[in-house]
Amino acid sequence: VRTAFFDSLVTLAARDERIMLMTGDLGFGVIETFARSFPTRFINAGVAEQNMTGVATGLALSGKIVFTYSIANFPTLRCLEQIRNGPCYHNTNVKVVSVGGGLIYGSLGMSHHATEDLAVMRALPNLTVVAPGDPAETTAATEALVALDGPAYLRLGRAGEPRVHQGPIEFSLGKALMLCDGSDLTLISTGGMLVTADNAAQQLRRDGISCRLLSMHTVKPLDVDAILAAAADTGLIVTIEEHSVTGGLGSAVAEVMAEHPIAGALLKRIGLPSAFVSRAGSRDYLAAQYGLSADAIVSSIKALRRNELIKE
Amino acid sequence: MASPAGEPISPALKRDLEALAQRIRLHVVRMTNRAKSSHVGGGLSMAEILAVLYGHVLRVRPDDPCWSTRDRFVLSKGHACAGLYAVLAERGFFPLADLETFYTDGSRLAGHVTHTGVAGVECSTGSLGHGLPIAAGMALAGREQSFRVFCVLSDGECDEGSNWEAALFAGHHKLENLTVIIDYNKIQSLGSVDEVLRLHPLHDKWTSFGWRTAEVDGHDVEALHSALTSVPLAAGQPTCIVAHTVKGKGVSFMEHQLLWHYRSPAGEEYDRAIAELEGKAR
Repeated sequence: VRTAFFDSLVTLAARDERIMLMTGDLGFGVIETFARSFPTRFINAGVAEQNMTGVATGLALSGKIVFTYSIANFPTLRCLEQIRNGPCYHNTNVKVVSVGGGLIYGSLGMSHHATEDLAVMRALPNLTVVAPGDPAETTAATEALVALDGPAYLRLGRAGEPRVHQGPIEFSLGKALMLCDGSDLTLISTGGMLVTADNAAQQLRRDGISCRLLSMHTVKPLDVDAILAAAADTGLIVTIEEHSVTGGLGSAVAEVMAEHPIAGALLKRIGLPSAFVSRAGSRDYLAAQYGLSADAIVSSIKALRRNELIKE
Repeated sequence: MASPAGEPISPALKRDLEALAQRIRLHVVRMTNRAKSSHVGGGLSMAEILAVLYGHVLRVRPDDPCWSTRDRFVLSKGHACAGLYAVLAERGFFPLADLETFYTDGSRLAGHVTHTGVAGVECSTGSLGHGLPIAAGMALAGREQSFRVFCVLSDGECDEGSNWEAALFAGHHKLENLTVIIDYNKIQSLGSVDEVLRLHPLHDKWTSFGWRTAEVDGHDVEALHSALTSVPLAAGQPTCIVAHTVKGKGVSFMEHQLLWHYRSPAGEEYDRAIAELEGKAR
Protein backbone atom coordinates (compact mmCIF):
# COMPACT_ATOMS: atom_id res chain seq x y z
CA VAL A 1 0.00 0.00 0.00
CA ARG A 2 2.96 2.31 0.55
CA THR A 3 3.88 1.99 -3.11
CA ALA A 4 0.27 2.52 -4.18
CA PHE A 5 0.15 5.68 -2.08
CA PHE A 6 3.31 7.20 -3.52
CA ASP A 7 2.44 6.23 -7.11
CA SER A 8 -0.97 7.78 -6.68
CA LEU A 9 0.44 10.93 -5.08
CA VAL A 10 2.88 11.47 -7.94
CA THR A 11 0.07 11.09 -10.49
CA LEU A 12 -2.17 13.48 -8.57
CA ALA A 13 0.61 16.03 -8.05
CA ALA A 14 1.21 16.15 -11.80
CA ARG A 15 -2.39 17.32 -12.19
CA ASP A 16 -2.66 19.58 -9.14
CA GLU A 17 0.05 22.11 -8.38
CA ARG A 18 -1.23 22.68 -4.86
CA ILE A 19 -0.07 19.25 -3.70
CA MET A 20 3.05 19.19 -1.53
CA LEU A 21 4.83 16.42 0.36
CA MET A 22 6.68 16.91 3.63
CA THR A 23 8.58 14.17 5.41
CA GLY A 24 10.09 13.94 8.85
CA ASP A 25 13.34 12.65 7.34
CA LEU A 26 11.92 9.20 6.55
CA GLY A 27 10.91 7.36 3.40
CA PHE A 28 14.23 6.20 1.94
CA GLY A 29 13.54 4.48 -1.36
CA VAL A 30 9.95 5.72 -1.67
CA ILE A 31 9.97 9.52 -1.61
CA GLU A 32 12.54 9.94 -4.37
CA THR A 33 10.18 9.95 -7.38
CA PHE A 34 8.04 12.69 -5.87
CA ALA A 35 11.12 14.64 -4.76
CA ARG A 36 12.69 14.43 -8.21
CA SER A 37 9.47 15.20 -10.08
CA PHE A 38 8.41 18.13 -7.91
CA PRO A 39 11.51 19.47 -6.19
CA THR A 40 9.90 22.75 -5.10
CA ARG A 41 6.92 20.89 -3.64
CA PHE A 42 8.91 18.40 -1.61
CA ILE A 43 10.26 19.36 1.81
CA ASN A 44 12.26 17.21 4.14
CA ALA A 45 11.48 18.95 7.43
CA GLY A 46 14.15 17.04 9.28
CA VAL A 47 13.52 15.06 12.44
CA ALA A 48 11.08 17.67 13.71
CA GLU A 49 7.47 16.58 13.46
CA GLN A 50 5.99 19.41 15.51
CA ASN A 51 7.45 21.97 13.16
CA MET A 52 6.58 19.85 10.13
CA THR A 53 2.93 19.88 11.13
CA GLY A 54 2.97 23.61 11.87
CA VAL A 55 4.65 24.43 8.56
CA ALA A 56 2.12 22.23 6.78
CA THR A 57 -0.66 24.18 8.50
CA GLY A 58 0.81 27.51 7.37
CA LEU A 59 1.17 26.22 3.82
CA ALA A 60 -2.38 24.86 3.82
CA LEU A 61 -3.70 28.19 5.13
CA SER A 62 -1.98 29.69 2.08
CA GLY A 63 -3.77 27.43 -0.39
CA LYS A 64 -1.64 24.27 -0.50
CA ILE A 65 -2.63 20.64 0.00
CA VAL A 66 0.11 19.23 2.18
CA PHE A 67 0.80 15.57 2.92
CA THR A 68 2.97 15.08 6.02
CA TYR A 69 4.68 11.73 6.01
CA SER A 70 6.47 9.64 8.56
CA ILE A 71 6.22 6.23 10.19
CA ALA A 72 4.48 4.72 13.19
CA ASN A 73 3.57 7.33 15.85
CA PHE A 74 5.89 10.09 14.71
CA PRO A 75 3.51 12.05 12.44
CA THR A 76 0.57 11.59 14.83
CA LEU A 77 1.20 11.25 18.56
CA ARG A 78 4.50 13.13 18.56
CA CYS A 79 2.78 16.24 17.22
CA LEU A 80 -0.77 15.57 18.37
CA GLU A 81 -1.48 19.06 19.68
CA GLN A 82 -0.15 20.62 16.49
CA ILE A 83 -2.61 18.48 14.52
CA ARG A 84 -5.47 19.38 16.84
CA ASN A 85 -4.92 23.13 17.03
CA GLY A 86 -3.62 23.47 13.47
CA PRO A 87 -5.23 21.50 10.64
CA CYS A 88 -8.21 20.34 12.70
CA TYR A 89 -9.23 23.67 14.24
CA HIS A 90 -8.48 25.60 11.06
CA ASN A 91 -10.17 22.84 9.03
CA THR A 92 -7.45 23.06 6.47
CA ASN A 93 -5.80 20.78 3.92
CA VAL A 94 -3.16 18.89 5.83
CA LYS A 95 -3.22 15.14 5.22
CA VAL A 96 -1.23 13.25 7.84
CA VAL A 97 0.18 9.97 6.53
CA SER A 98 1.71 7.23 8.63
CA VAL A 99 3.26 4.05 7.35
CA GLY A 100 3.48 1.13 9.72
CA GLY A 101 0.03 1.19 11.26
CA GLY A 102 -0.29 -1.55 13.89
CA LEU A 103 2.54 -4.01 14.40
CA ILE A 104 4.13 -3.63 10.96
CA TYR A 105 7.42 -2.60 12.58
CA GLY A 106 7.04 -5.35 15.15
CA SER A 107 10.68 -6.23 15.58
CA LEU A 108 11.66 -2.59 16.05
CA GLY A 109 9.97 -2.54 19.42
CA MET A 110 7.25 -0.72 21.30
CA SER A 111 8.26 2.77 20.15
CA HIS A 112 7.43 1.74 16.58
CA HIS A 113 4.09 0.04 17.27
CA ALA A 114 1.25 2.33 16.16
CA THR A 115 -1.48 0.74 18.22
CA GLU A 116 -3.49 3.66 19.62
CA ASP A 117 -3.40 6.06 16.67
CA LEU A 118 -6.91 5.34 15.38
CA ALA A 119 -8.41 5.95 18.81
CA VAL A 120 -6.57 9.20 19.30
CA MET A 121 -7.06 10.57 15.81
CA ARG A 122 -10.71 9.55 15.76
CA ALA A 123 -11.31 11.84 18.72
CA LEU A 124 -10.18 14.96 16.87
CA PRO A 125 -12.92 17.19 15.40
CA ASN A 126 -12.94 17.77 11.62
CA LEU A 127 -10.42 14.98 10.99
CA THR A 128 -11.32 12.25 8.49
CA VAL A 129 -9.60 9.00 9.47
CA VAL A 130 -8.84 6.45 6.78
CA ALA A 131 -7.09 3.06 6.95
CA PRO A 132 -7.24 1.43 3.51
CA GLY A 133 -7.24 -2.35 3.32
CA ASP A 134 -5.30 -3.02 0.15
CA PRO A 135 -3.49 -1.24 -2.70
CA ALA A 136 -6.71 -0.59 -4.60
CA GLU A 137 -8.29 1.14 -1.62
CA THR A 138 -5.07 3.07 -1.01
CA THR A 139 -5.01 4.51 -4.51
CA ALA A 140 -8.67 5.45 -4.29
CA ALA A 141 -8.28 6.89 -0.78
CA THR A 142 -5.35 9.08 -1.81
CA GLU A 143 -7.43 10.54 -4.64
CA ALA A 144 -10.38 11.05 -2.33
CA LEU A 145 -8.26 12.83 0.28
CA VAL A 146 -6.95 15.27 -2.30
CA ALA A 147 -10.53 15.99 -3.34
CA LEU A 148 -11.65 16.33 0.29
CA ASP A 149 -11.49 19.95 1.50
CA GLY A 150 -10.23 19.47 5.04
CA PRO A 151 -7.75 17.59 7.21
CA ALA A 152 -7.32 13.84 7.19
CA TYR A 153 -5.29 11.01 8.65
CA LEU A 154 -4.24 8.22 6.30
CA ARG A 155 -3.01 5.12 8.08
CA LEU A 156 -1.06 2.80 5.85
CA GLY A 157 0.44 -0.63 6.41
CA ARG A 158 3.65 -1.36 4.59
CA ALA A 159 4.89 -2.31 1.17
CA GLY A 160 3.81 -5.54 -0.47
CA GLU A 161 0.28 -6.17 0.81
CA PRO A 162 -1.68 -8.17 -1.78
CA ARG A 163 -4.67 -6.80 -3.60
CA VAL A 164 -7.77 -8.23 -1.91
CA HIS A 165 -10.51 -6.69 -4.02
CA GLN A 166 -11.20 -8.55 -7.23
CA GLY A 167 -11.92 -6.07 -9.97
CA PRO A 168 -12.56 -2.33 -9.74
CA ILE A 169 -13.95 -0.79 -6.56
CA GLU A 170 -16.44 1.99 -6.01
CA PHE A 171 -14.64 3.84 -3.27
CA SER A 172 -16.21 6.63 -1.35
CA LEU A 173 -15.02 8.08 1.96
CA GLY A 174 -17.30 7.01 4.79
CA LYS A 175 -18.83 4.11 2.86
CA ALA A 176 -17.79 0.57 3.73
CA LEU A 177 -16.98 -1.79 0.87
CA MET A 178 -18.63 -5.22 0.90
CA LEU A 179 -16.30 -7.94 -0.37
CA CYS A 180 -18.80 -10.74 0.03
CA ASP A 181 -22.26 -11.12 1.46
CA GLY A 182 -23.43 -13.66 4.02
CA SER A 183 -26.13 -14.31 6.55
CA ASP A 184 -24.59 -15.83 9.70
CA LEU A 185 -22.22 -13.06 10.71
CA THR A 186 -20.38 -9.97 9.49
CA LEU A 187 -16.66 -9.45 9.67
CA ILE A 188 -15.69 -5.78 9.66
CA SER A 189 -12.04 -5.13 9.03
CA THR A 190 -10.05 -1.93 8.87
CA GLY A 191 -6.61 -1.25 7.40
CA GLY A 192 -4.12 -3.99 6.70
CA MET A 193 -6.17 -6.71 8.40
CA LEU A 194 -8.32 -6.99 5.27
CA VAL A 195 -6.38 -9.87 3.74
CA THR A 196 -6.47 -11.76 7.06
CA ALA A 197 -10.20 -11.11 7.41
CA ASP A 198 -10.75 -12.27 3.85
CA ASN A 199 -8.86 -15.51 4.55
CA ALA A 200 -10.90 -16.02 7.72
CA ALA A 201 -14.14 -15.44 5.80
CA GLN A 202 -13.15 -18.04 3.22
CA GLN A 203 -12.32 -20.61 5.90
CA LEU A 204 -15.63 -19.98 7.64
CA ARG A 205 -17.48 -20.35 4.37
CA ARG A 206 -15.76 -23.69 3.73
CA ASP A 207 -17.02 -24.75 7.14
CA GLY A 208 -20.56 -23.83 6.22
CA ILE A 209 -20.72 -20.50 8.01
CA SER A 210 -22.06 -17.77 5.77
CA CYS A 211 -20.02 -14.64 6.27
CA ARG A 212 -20.41 -11.03 5.15
CA LEU A 213 -17.11 -9.15 4.87
CA LEU A 214 -16.93 -5.36 5.06
CA SER A 215 -13.82 -3.28 4.60
CA MET A 216 -14.31 -0.26 6.87
CA HIS A 217 -11.56 1.83 5.30
CA THR A 218 -12.97 5.02 6.80
CA VAL A 219 -13.01 4.88 10.58
CA LYS A 220 -14.34 8.43 10.77
CA PRO A 221 -16.92 9.33 9.61
CA LEU A 222 -18.14 5.79 10.20
CA ASP A 223 -20.58 4.04 7.89
CA VAL A 224 -23.42 3.72 10.39
CA ASP A 225 -25.85 2.37 7.80
CA ALA A 226 -23.57 -0.53 6.90
CA ILE A 227 -23.14 -1.44 10.59
CA LEU A 228 -26.87 -1.33 11.31
CA ALA A 229 -27.65 -3.36 8.20
CA ALA A 230 -25.05 -5.95 9.21
CA ALA A 231 -26.51 -6.13 12.72
CA ALA A 232 -30.04 -6.56 11.39
CA ASP A 233 -29.14 -9.00 8.61
CA THR A 234 -26.59 -11.23 10.34
CA GLY A 235 -27.04 -10.77 14.10
CA LEU A 236 -23.30 -10.96 14.87
CA ILE A 237 -20.59 -8.43 14.06
CA VAL A 238 -16.93 -9.24 14.53
CA THR A 239 -14.53 -6.31 14.19
CA ILE A 240 -10.91 -6.96 13.25
CA GLU A 241 -8.22 -4.35 13.65
CA GLU A 242 -4.48 -4.19 14.10
CA HIS A 243 -4.96 -1.70 16.91
CA SER A 244 -5.88 -1.62 20.56
CA VAL A 245 -9.48 -2.68 21.22
CA THR A 246 -9.69 0.51 23.27
CA GLY A 247 -10.99 3.30 21.15
CA GLY A 248 -10.44 1.95 17.66
CA LEU A 249 -12.76 0.39 15.09
CA GLY A 250 -14.33 -2.03 17.57
CA SER A 251 -15.13 0.79 19.95
CA ALA A 252 -16.54 2.91 17.16
CA VAL A 253 -18.81 0.05 16.06
CA ALA A 254 -19.81 -0.59 19.67
CA GLU A 255 -20.85 3.04 20.04
CA VAL A 256 -23.13 2.72 17.03
CA MET A 257 -24.65 -0.57 18.22
CA ALA A 258 -25.18 0.73 21.75
CA GLU A 259 -27.08 3.75 20.50
CA HIS A 260 -29.11 1.78 17.92
CA PRO A 261 -30.01 -1.41 19.75
CA ILE A 262 -31.02 -4.09 17.34
CA ALA A 263 -32.64 -7.03 19.10
CA GLY A 264 -30.24 -9.90 19.52
CA ALA A 265 -27.31 -8.41 17.66
CA LEU A 266 -23.95 -9.22 19.24
CA LEU A 267 -20.52 -7.71 18.86
CA LYS A 268 -17.10 -9.32 19.22
CA ARG A 269 -14.04 -7.10 19.00
CA ILE A 270 -10.81 -8.71 17.85
CA GLY A 271 -7.73 -6.55 18.23
CA LEU A 272 -4.80 -5.90 20.49
CA PRO A 273 -5.26 -5.68 24.24
CA SER A 274 -4.57 -2.29 25.81
CA ALA A 275 -1.04 -3.33 26.69
CA PHE A 276 2.48 -2.77 25.44
CA VAL A 277 4.06 -5.40 23.26
CA SER A 278 7.54 -5.61 24.68
CA ARG A 279 8.84 -8.69 22.90
CA ALA A 280 10.54 -8.54 19.55
CA GLY A 281 8.81 -10.28 16.70
CA SER A 282 7.80 -9.97 13.10
CA ARG A 283 4.42 -8.47 12.38
CA ASP A 284 2.90 -11.85 11.52
CA TYR A 285 4.39 -13.49 14.61
CA LEU A 286 3.12 -10.78 16.95
CA ALA A 287 -0.28 -10.58 15.24
CA ALA A 288 -0.74 -14.33 15.72
CA GLN A 289 0.25 -14.00 19.40
CA TYR A 290 -2.71 -11.66 19.84
CA GLY A 291 -5.26 -13.69 17.88
CA LEU A 292 -4.97 -11.64 14.71
CA SER A 293 -4.26 -14.54 12.32
CA ALA A 294 -6.98 -16.00 10.09
CA ASP A 295 -6.85 -19.29 12.03
CA ALA A 296 -7.20 -17.55 15.38
CA ILE A 297 -10.06 -15.39 14.12
CA VAL A 298 -11.88 -18.48 12.84
CA SER A 299 -11.33 -20.25 16.19
CA SER A 300 -12.65 -17.39 18.24
CA ILE A 301 -15.74 -17.09 16.05
CA LYS A 302 -16.40 -20.84 16.34
CA ALA A 303 -15.96 -20.61 20.11
CA LEU A 304 -18.53 -17.85 20.21
CA ARG A 305 -21.00 -20.02 18.34
CA ARG A 306 -20.30 -23.04 20.55
CA ASN A 307 -21.02 -20.90 23.56
CA GLU A 308 -24.38 -20.21 21.99
CA LEU A 309 -23.83 -16.52 22.22
CA ILE A 310 -25.60 -16.31 18.93
CA LYS A 311 -28.89 -17.77 17.89
CA GLU A 312 -28.52 -20.83 15.74
CA MET B 1 20.91 50.05 21.62
CA ALA B 2 21.75 50.43 17.94
CA SER B 3 18.75 50.08 15.70
CA PRO B 4 18.84 49.13 12.06
CA ALA B 5 18.45 52.19 9.88
CA GLY B 6 15.08 51.93 8.15
CA GLU B 7 12.75 54.59 6.81
CA PRO B 8 12.88 57.89 8.66
CA ILE B 9 9.77 58.45 10.75
CA SER B 10 7.92 61.73 10.48
CA PRO B 11 6.97 63.52 13.70
CA ALA B 12 3.29 63.12 12.80
CA LEU B 13 3.58 59.36 12.24
CA LYS B 14 5.53 58.95 15.46
CA ARG B 15 2.80 60.80 17.34
CA ASP B 16 0.10 58.71 15.69
CA LEU B 17 1.79 55.41 16.49
CA GLU B 18 2.42 56.41 20.10
CA ALA B 19 -1.21 57.40 20.43
CA LEU B 20 -2.32 54.10 18.90
CA ALA B 21 -0.15 52.21 21.42
CA GLN B 22 -1.80 54.11 24.26
CA ARG B 23 -5.27 53.35 22.93
CA ILE B 24 -4.33 49.65 22.72
CA ARG B 25 -3.29 49.84 26.38
CA LEU B 26 -6.55 51.46 27.38
CA HIS B 27 -8.51 48.78 25.55
CA VAL B 28 -6.44 46.01 27.14
CA VAL B 29 -7.01 47.35 30.65
CA ARG B 30 -10.73 47.92 30.05
CA MET B 31 -11.19 44.51 28.41
CA THR B 32 -9.38 42.56 31.14
CA ASN B 33 -11.27 44.54 33.80
CA ARG B 34 -14.67 43.85 32.25
CA ALA B 35 -13.77 40.22 31.65
CA LYS B 36 -12.04 39.75 35.02
CA SER B 37 -9.37 38.02 32.94
CA SER B 38 -5.62 37.55 33.19
CA HIS B 39 -2.66 38.52 31.02
CA VAL B 40 -2.93 42.29 31.20
CA GLY B 41 0.84 42.64 31.69
CA GLY B 42 1.81 40.84 28.49
CA GLY B 43 -0.77 42.82 26.56
CA LEU B 44 0.69 46.11 27.76
CA SER B 45 4.27 45.10 26.99
CA MET B 46 3.62 44.65 23.27
CA ALA B 47 1.46 47.73 22.66
CA GLU B 48 4.11 49.60 20.65
CA ILE B 49 5.00 46.47 18.67
CA LEU B 50 1.37 46.06 17.60
CA ALA B 51 0.96 49.78 16.99
CA VAL B 52 3.94 49.98 14.64
CA LEU B 53 2.98 46.78 12.83
CA TYR B 54 -0.70 47.61 12.33
CA GLY B 55 -0.26 51.37 12.20
CA HIS B 56 2.38 51.40 9.50
CA VAL B 57 4.24 48.23 8.56
CA LEU B 58 1.72 45.53 7.68
CA ARG B 59 0.19 45.57 4.22
CA VAL B 60 -3.36 44.68 5.18
CA ARG B 61 -6.81 45.85 4.09
CA PRO B 62 -9.40 45.95 6.87
CA ASP B 63 -12.18 46.08 4.26
CA ASP B 64 -10.73 43.05 2.45
CA PRO B 65 -9.17 40.95 5.22
CA CYS B 66 -8.59 37.88 3.02
CA TRP B 67 -6.83 39.79 0.22
CA SER B 68 -4.51 37.11 -1.13
CA THR B 69 -1.15 38.90 -0.97
CA ARG B 70 -1.72 40.60 2.37
CA ASP B 71 1.06 40.38 4.93
CA ARG B 72 0.32 37.72 7.52
CA PHE B 73 0.57 38.37 11.24
CA VAL B 74 0.68 35.55 13.79
CA LEU B 75 0.46 36.34 17.48
CA SER B 76 2.03 33.23 18.93
CA LYS B 77 1.68 34.50 22.51
CA GLY B 78 -2.04 33.90 22.19
CA HIS B 79 -2.79 34.71 25.83
CA ALA B 80 -2.15 38.38 25.06
CA CYS B 81 -5.02 38.37 22.57
CA ALA B 82 -6.72 41.44 24.07
CA GLY B 83 -4.01 43.59 22.48
CA LEU B 84 -4.48 41.97 19.09
CA TYR B 85 -8.26 42.26 19.15
CA ALA B 86 -7.85 45.90 20.20
CA VAL B 87 -5.53 46.85 17.36
CA LEU B 88 -7.67 45.00 14.82
CA ALA B 89 -10.71 46.94 15.99
CA GLU B 90 -8.71 50.18 15.95
CA ARG B 91 -7.76 49.43 12.34
CA GLY B 92 -11.41 48.80 11.47
CA PHE B 93 -11.41 45.03 10.94
CA PHE B 94 -14.46 44.94 13.20
CA PRO B 95 -16.32 47.49 15.34
CA LEU B 96 -14.67 48.78 18.50
CA ALA B 97 -17.89 47.93 20.32
CA ASP B 98 -17.13 44.23 19.77
CA LEU B 99 -14.27 44.53 22.25
CA GLU B 100 -16.89 44.78 24.98
CA THR B 101 -17.84 41.17 24.34
CA PHE B 102 -14.31 39.90 25.03
CA TYR B 103 -14.33 36.74 27.17
CA THR B 104 -18.09 36.83 27.72
CA ASP B 105 -20.54 33.97 27.24
CA GLY B 106 -21.14 33.34 23.54
CA SER B 107 -18.52 35.83 22.30
CA ARG B 108 -16.31 35.20 19.29
CA LEU B 109 -13.47 36.93 21.16
CA ALA B 110 -12.17 34.10 23.33
CA GLY B 111 -9.39 34.43 25.87
CA HIS B 112 -6.71 33.18 23.52
CA VAL B 113 -6.35 34.26 19.88
CA THR B 114 -9.24 32.78 17.92
CA HIS B 115 -9.68 33.00 14.16
CA THR B 116 -13.23 31.72 13.80
CA GLY B 117 -15.45 34.60 12.84
CA VAL B 118 -12.87 37.25 13.75
CA ALA B 119 -11.79 39.30 10.73
CA GLY B 120 -8.07 39.90 10.53
CA VAL B 121 -6.98 36.94 12.67
CA GLU B 122 -4.91 34.61 10.49
CA CYS B 123 -4.69 31.71 12.88
CA SER B 124 -5.62 30.66 16.37
CA THR B 125 -3.00 30.27 19.04
CA GLY B 126 -2.92 29.79 22.78
CA SER B 127 -0.79 26.73 23.24
CA LEU B 128 2.68 28.22 23.23
CA GLY B 129 5.18 27.24 20.58
CA HIS B 130 2.64 26.74 17.80
CA GLY B 131 2.75 30.11 16.06
CA LEU B 132 6.23 30.17 14.61
CA PRO B 133 6.03 26.84 12.73
CA ILE B 134 2.76 28.00 11.15
CA ALA B 135 4.31 31.38 10.32
CA ALA B 136 7.25 29.57 8.71
CA GLY B 137 4.84 27.58 6.52
CA MET B 138 3.09 30.79 5.54
CA ALA B 139 6.46 32.36 4.72
CA LEU B 140 7.36 29.43 2.50
CA ALA B 141 4.13 29.97 0.56
CA GLY B 142 4.61 33.74 0.75
CA ARG B 143 7.95 33.53 -1.00
CA GLU B 144 6.11 32.25 -4.07
CA GLN B 145 2.98 34.39 -3.61
CA SER B 146 4.80 37.62 -2.64
CA PHE B 147 3.70 38.32 0.89
CA ARG B 148 5.54 38.76 4.17
CA VAL B 149 4.94 37.14 7.54
CA PHE B 150 5.40 38.66 10.99
CA CYS B 151 5.19 36.66 14.17
CA VAL B 152 5.31 37.87 17.78
CA LEU B 153 6.64 35.44 20.37
CA SER B 154 6.79 35.82 24.10
CA ASP B 155 10.06 35.22 25.89
CA GLY B 156 8.59 32.46 28.04
CA GLU B 157 7.43 30.54 25.02
CA CYS B 158 11.00 30.36 23.77
CA ASP B 159 11.20 27.48 26.28
CA GLU B 160 9.15 25.41 23.82
CA GLY B 161 11.31 23.18 21.63
CA SER B 162 8.97 23.56 18.68
CA ASN B 163 10.14 27.17 18.29
CA TRP B 164 13.70 26.01 17.88
CA GLU B 165 12.64 23.41 15.32
CA ALA B 166 11.02 26.25 13.41
CA ALA B 167 14.03 28.52 13.93
CA LEU B 168 16.27 25.86 12.38
CA PHE B 169 13.81 25.39 9.53
CA ALA B 170 13.46 29.09 8.70
CA GLY B 171 17.22 29.62 8.79
CA HIS B 172 17.85 26.57 6.64
CA HIS B 173 15.24 27.58 4.08
CA LYS B 174 16.41 31.21 4.07
CA LEU B 175 12.94 32.58 4.76
CA GLU B 176 13.82 36.24 4.40
CA ASN B 177 10.15 37.23 4.25
CA LEU B 178 9.70 36.02 7.83
CA THR B 179 10.21 38.36 10.79
CA VAL B 180 9.96 37.31 14.42
CA ILE B 181 9.58 39.91 17.13
CA ILE B 182 10.20 38.69 20.65
CA ASP B 183 8.34 40.59 23.34
CA TYR B 184 11.22 40.23 25.77
CA ASN B 185 9.60 41.48 28.96
CA LYS B 186 11.74 39.14 31.10
CA ILE B 187 8.87 37.72 33.15
CA GLN B 188 7.11 34.45 32.49
CA SER B 189 4.42 32.52 34.29
CA LEU B 190 6.05 31.65 37.60
CA GLY B 191 9.03 33.97 37.75
CA SER B 192 11.63 35.87 35.82
CA VAL B 193 13.03 34.31 32.68
CA ASP B 194 16.41 34.15 34.38
CA GLU B 195 14.97 32.22 37.30
CA VAL B 196 12.79 29.81 35.33
CA LEU B 197 14.87 28.86 32.28
CA ARG B 198 17.62 31.18 31.19
CA LEU B 199 17.42 32.44 27.60
CA HIS B 200 20.51 34.63 27.70
CA PRO B 201 22.18 35.21 25.29
CA LEU B 202 18.94 35.27 23.32
CA HIS B 203 20.30 37.37 20.47
CA ASP B 204 23.17 34.93 19.90
CA LYS B 205 20.87 31.93 19.94
CA TRP B 206 18.78 33.24 17.06
CA THR B 207 21.86 34.39 15.17
CA SER B 208 23.42 30.95 15.50
CA PHE B 209 20.24 29.41 14.04
CA GLY B 210 20.78 31.39 10.84
CA TRP B 211 18.73 34.51 11.58
CA ARG B 212 19.80 38.13 11.29
CA THR B 213 19.05 39.50 14.72
CA ALA B 214 18.62 43.02 16.04
CA GLU B 215 17.81 44.31 19.50
CA VAL B 216 15.59 47.32 20.03
CA ASP B 217 13.82 49.11 22.83
CA GLY B 218 10.36 47.64 22.35
CA HIS B 219 8.65 50.76 23.65
CA ASP B 220 10.54 53.13 21.36
CA VAL B 221 8.22 53.61 18.39
CA GLU B 222 10.98 55.18 16.34
CA ALA B 223 13.35 52.25 16.92
CA LEU B 224 10.65 49.66 16.14
CA HIS B 225 9.65 51.58 13.04
CA SER B 226 13.23 51.75 11.90
CA ALA B 227 13.81 48.02 12.41
CA LEU B 228 10.52 46.84 10.97
CA THR B 229 10.80 48.99 7.86
CA SER B 230 14.25 47.57 7.13
CA VAL B 231 13.36 43.89 7.07
CA PRO B 232 14.82 41.65 5.90
CA LEU B 233 17.87 42.84 7.75
CA ALA B 234 19.96 40.57 5.55
CA ALA B 235 19.23 39.02 2.18
CA GLY B 236 18.55 35.30 2.41
CA GLN B 237 17.97 35.27 6.17
CA PRO B 238 14.90 35.46 8.38
CA THR B 239 14.89 38.39 10.79
CA CYS B 240 14.59 38.23 14.55
CA ILE B 241 13.98 41.42 16.47
CA VAL B 242 14.53 41.07 20.18
CA ALA B 243 12.33 43.82 21.57
CA HIS B 244 13.28 44.68 25.14
CA THR B 245 10.05 45.49 26.89
CA VAL B 246 8.58 45.93 30.32
CA LYS B 247 5.79 43.70 31.53
CA GLY B 248 2.82 45.89 32.48
CA LYS B 249 4.33 48.90 30.67
CA GLY B 250 2.37 52.12 31.02
CA VAL B 251 0.75 51.50 34.39
CA SER B 252 3.26 52.32 37.12
CA PHE B 253 2.22 49.69 39.63
CA MET B 254 2.03 46.93 37.01
CA GLU B 255 5.47 47.44 35.55
CA HIS B 256 7.95 44.59 36.08
CA GLN B 257 5.39 42.78 38.27
CA LEU B 258 4.74 39.05 37.89
CA LEU B 259 1.41 39.52 39.69
CA TRP B 260 -0.02 41.24 36.60
CA HIS B 261 0.46 38.16 34.50
CA TYR B 262 -2.58 36.94 36.40
CA ARG B 263 -4.37 39.70 38.23
CA SER B 264 -7.27 41.46 36.62
CA PRO B 265 -7.43 45.21 37.25
CA ALA B 266 -10.49 46.11 39.33
CA GLY B 267 -11.82 48.78 41.67
CA GLU B 268 -9.42 51.47 42.73
CA GLU B 269 -6.52 49.81 40.87
CA TYR B 270 -8.52 49.92 37.68
CA ASP B 271 -9.36 53.59 38.15
CA ARG B 272 -5.69 54.42 38.76
CA ALA B 273 -4.58 52.44 35.72
CA ILE B 274 -7.08 54.20 33.46
CA ALA B 275 -6.15 57.60 34.90
CA GLU B 276 -2.46 56.99 34.24
CA LEU B 277 -3.05 55.78 30.70
CA GLU B 278 -5.50 58.56 29.85
CA GLY B 279 -3.00 61.07 31.17
CA LYS B 280 -0.36 59.72 28.82
CA ALA B 281 -2.78 59.42 25.94
CA ARG B 282 -3.48 63.13 26.00
